[in-house]
Formats: sequence, C-alpha cells, structure tokens
Amino acid sequence: MDTLLGIAGEGFVVLAADAQVARSILLYKNNMDKIAHLADNKALACAGPQSDCVSFTEYISKNMALYELNNDVKLTTKAAATFIRGELAKALRKGPFQTQLLMGGVDKREAGKDEASLFWLDYLGTLQKVPYGAHGYGAAFTLSVMDREYVKGLSLDEALGIIDNCIKELHTRFLIAQKNFVIKVVTAEGIKVVRGPPTPDLGAAGASAEAAAVPVQG
Amino acid sequence: MASPMCVGTSILDTGARKAPAAGPAEAQAGVPGMFGLPNVANPAAFCSANLGCGYGTDHAQDIKFAKGTTTLAFKFQGGIIVSVDSRSTMGPYIASGTVKKVIEINPYLLGTMAGGAADCSFWERNLGIQCRMYELRNKERISVAAASKLLSNTMSQYRGYGLSMGTMVAGWDKTGPQLYYCDDDGTRLHGNLFSVGSGSTYAYGVLDTHYKYDMTDEEAIELGKRAIYHATHRDAYSGSINNVYIVKPTGWVKVHAGDVNDMHYKLAEEKAAIAASRAGAEEKAP
Repeated sequence: MDTLLGIAGEGFVVLAADAQVARSILLYKNNMDKIAHLADNKALACAGPQSDCVSFTEYISKNMALYELNNDVKLTTKAAATFIRGELAKALRKGPFQTQLLMGGVDKREAGKDEASLFWLDYLGTLQKVPYGAHGYGAAFTLSVMDREYVKGLSLDEALGIIDNCIKELHTRFLIAQKNFVIKVVTAEGIKVVRGPPTPDLGAAGASAEAAAVPVQG
Repeated sequence: MASPMCVGTSILDTGARKAPAAGPAEAQAGVPGMFGLPNVANPAAFCSANLGCGYGTDHAQDIKFAKGTTTLAFKFQGGIIVSVDSRSTMGPYIASGTVKKVIEINPYLLGTMAGGAADCSFWERNLGIQCRMYELRNKERISVAAASKLLSNTMSQYRGYGLSMGTMVAGWDKTGPQLYYCDDDGTRLHGNLFSVGSGSTYAYGVLDTHYKYDMTDEEAIELGKRAIYHATHRDAYSGSINNVYIVKPTGWVKVHAGDVNDMHYKLAEEKAAIAASRAGAEEKAP
C-alpha cells in the first residue's frame, strides 16, 4: 500500500514517501517518516511492513557505520547499494525482509560535478540504477508521469515539480488516500527535508509537539 | 493434560494462577503432564500451519484462543488515559468478564492486553522482568521508548511462531508522557492515540470525533469510558467491566472500574432527559 517516488538529477536526488502506517482496514499513523538517513549524503526510502522497514534500515545503517569505522573508508552510493542488495539476497532464503527500497545518494567529485545516483531495490535482491523510479501501487500511476516529464539534466525545482504532479495524480486516481507525503533532497552537502512528517498526527491534534522531536524511526 | 484453554483462562480470570504442578523446567513434547506442545518434529511450524488465532479463524478448531477486546490509550494535556474492557471470548463463548487487561509493569509503566490472553500476560510479565533488570543495572528507570523496544524485539524474535498480541505501552519518563503501540509482527509505533482489538474501530470513531488535547482530567477519563462503552455496545467480543487508568508525572493511578451495562442505562437516561427537555422546549415555542 505504500508509495515511494524518486528522481535523480545532476548533483541531487529527490526521494518522496507516503506517511501512512496501516494494517487491514485501519490507519494507525499518518506521520511516519519512511526515509531513513543512512549517512550524510545517502538516504533510504523503505516500503513494506513497519517492522521489516525499521529492523532492516537499522541493520543497514549501523553496519555501514561500523564498516566506515573499521576500514576508515566511506562507502560510495553504489557500494552501499550493492551491500544492501547483498543483505537482501542473503536474507531471501531464510525469512526475507519484506521491503521495497529506493536509495538515493550523492558522491562528492570535483567542483560542480557531484555524482548523484538513485537505486531501485526489492526484497528479492533486485538492484537497478535508475534515473527515476517508484515502488508500490503508486508506481502504476506515477511512472508514466515521470516518463513524460523527466528530462536528463533537469533542475531541482523541475524534479520537485514532477514529484508534486505524481502526488496530485495519486490523490486524483488512487483508491487509497495517501494524504501526507514526506519529501527529502539528497545533495553532497547533506539531506534536506523539503516536507517533513506532519504534526499533528491524525486524531489527537495538539499532542504532537513532542512527537515531532522523536528521531526518525527511533 | 493442560490444554491451552485452561492455561489461558486461569491466568486471565484472577491474575493469580494456582500453584503449578511440579515438573521439569524445559518444555517437552508429547510427554503426559508436560507443557502441551504438539508431538511433531517442528511444533512451531505445526502450530502456525494448523492453528488459526485470528478473529473467526478458530471457531471450528478444538483449541480456541481466549481473545476479543477493546483497548485504548491517548495522550492529552494532563497525561495519558488508558481504558480497556474486560471480556475474554473463546469463539462464541464468553470465557470471562473480569480480565485485567491493563498490565501494571511498574509504577510508571502500563501495558494493555489485546489478542491472545496467554501471550499478552506472559510477554508483558517478561517485559516487567526485563525492565526491573534494567533498573537494577543502570540505577534509573527505563524509558518508555526502550521498554517498548524490548517488547518489539521479543516479538521480532518470535515472528512467524504464531504469537498473537496487540499492546500499547504507556508511561511517563524523563521526556514526559509517552505512548507506543507494539504488536506480534514486530510493529512498533510512537503516537498520541491508539486503539487495539476487535472493537477498536468503534472506539476510534468516538475518540477521533470528541478528542481535544486541552481536556481536563475528568473530561479525558469520561472520554476514555465513553469510547470503551460505545465499542462494547457494538462489538460482541467486548464488554463487562471498564477499567480506566491515568498516567501522571508521579506514575499511574487506577481511576475507574465500572460495568458498561450500568453505563448503558445511565447514558440512555441522560439521552432520554435531553430528548424530553427538547420536546418541552418545542411545546413552549409554537
């Protein structure tokens, strides 16, 4: 039921994810941040059961941090994506993580040539580098929008415009109401939150002041 | 032979289990008098393949799981309200009407019980042990975030083994009032308002409609009672006594225990009085 969207440009990657946690016919939460910060310039959008998403992203981010400490090397986006793919494949035959992922990262190169890349992964261990991509039922509505509007070398504003159009289309045609989306932009300088998880959450308006201070998927 | 039925209900009813029959600590399959595991090579796989524990899935099987619940908890200006019913059903049979579904983990932490009664009692007692161990080791109380994570870690460990549990962990720690939802598939959510169980949709309806953050303690307690009452009215698997707790900076306090049936007639009278006064007003103004 989750929707993930991603667009890579030159020097930036935009990631967007809906904010729902739902089970059967019930919506539990509508301010979930599904885009984890893996490192200063890598973000991982994760769809699937909340339990799998949390345990998998925690496992990946902590192991990447450990690798950097052990070897004094920062993983490139491609290396990190390959590592994630490997872990998914390893888990596949012994109780897989039911996760669908979009990973965006930007690697520093000489001035003005930062290399941005977006990877599409699923629980089977598929890894594909894409200029733009989507996961979930939402992909059926939004891939065509991205096919139509994406041009190589697009600006950040254009990319955010495409994401906006995708979300508009979901609100128009998709049966499931995904009211809130979280949007983040990854650059070599870091991860910028364009649109964070909304406060207050559904239902209990006013009680969310401190909820916003709770770390991502903590 | 202790069937899961007996184990479930005796824990449920009083919280004080009869002295257990002496036996070896380790569970053994197929030995009379031992803990009742199926006598097959892989009991876990057997259970998950043959024993439904979801709503309506166990009506035809001999082993019926004690369950059926409405529980709710929400944050507001004055702390956290936890309100629950107390009915336990095994298929269409009401096994008990005096279940304590709020589990008092320690003076600052509460857990609620929905889903399999045995699983909830056991694992929240287990959580209590872990929280106490944390306290002894670290010389300070465990945070609600950490306590709920301990529970969800346990649930993740036993994922796919057929546990059935939907619980809210509520408490007050250094960061203020905190509320988490944890369930058997390892889901752990931080939030302001949750309801769990077969009657949860009904409770959500009342709660979402009438919730205000600025409620007084009395108003919030009333809302907690109301939401449970309306859920027990519509959900056949919920009913009997409504227990209400409030979590404050000084720990939790139990503030109410009353029969929802009495509440039904009280509320019906109030409605009738309102209707009568309206009818009277209409007569006066032609």
